[in-house]
Amino acid sequence: MLSCEQATRLLSERQERALSLSEKTSLTMHTAMCSGCRQFGRQVVSLRELVRSAPESKKQKKSEDK
Amino acid sequence: MSADILSTSPLNDESGTEPMTNAGTLSDQEIANLRSQMLNFARLQLDDPHLAEDAVQEALAGALRNADSFTRSASLKTWVFAILKHKIADVLRSRYREPVREECKTCSQNDDEFFDDSGHWRAGVTPRRWGNTQELADKSDFWRVFDVCLEHLPAEQARVFMMREFIELESAEICASLELSTSNLHVLLYRARLKLRDCLSENWFGRG
Repeated sequence: MLSCEQATRLLSERQERALSLSEKTSLTMHTAMCSGCRQFGRQVVSLRELVRSAPESKKQKKSEDK
Repeated sequence: MSADILSTSPLNDESGTEPMTNAGTLSDQEIANLRSQMLNFARLQLDDPHLAEDAVQEALAGALRNADSFTRSASLKTWVFAILKHKIADVLRSRYREPVREECKTCSQNDDEFFDDSGHWRAGVTPRRWGNTQELADKSDFWRVFDVCLEHLPAEQARVFMMREFIELESAEICASLELSTSNLHVLLYRARLKLRDCLSENWFGRG
């Protein structure tokens, strides 16, 4: 059984690499029961989405690529 | 160095509140301010001040050539930072051949602040639902809080986080340009995320 510290590490690393099947399985089991880690997983994804959609930077990037 | 982030991040753009100005008539003072903000941002990402200066110069010159097409100084600023971001990414990518050794100063820290001895969330810092983040990116207030939170991270954590999430470099590119091992990069990003999300919960979303 993963601790929250181990689970959150995997949730963060999932943003950089594909997890192994056994990592995925233990993570699923952990987050099914742990709402703190479930929220952490969502927030890590939100952080990425937010920073990448920072105001106008996307739009401007596209016009620069033209 | 981390203090630079606060005033220089393009995320700080106050596009909603700036008065309508024609970029063609930007005053020397406005250009000087913009240049110094860009320089601070570039220096945060590139440890070589000359490279930072070159990147800023090129980005600024390129943008000002097309200044007529900007109706507001706010869009000029966004544009100029987008170009700068690309220039910095190019420089970082070219470093495959000339890596700069970067120590991981905060890799051996433990995360006692958040987890107890058995590795479970401490009471009070356990993540709670953030609520809707859908239209948050358009709120300049949010980015002000974000910048303050970023400023509180150790500089190396803030740097890799921005390289990964803002400049959107791949992990391999970051590792190669900073000569970091993959596991150290993962640790730095993990710590950055732990602290950033905690700081945002505290100062923006509320602890619930």
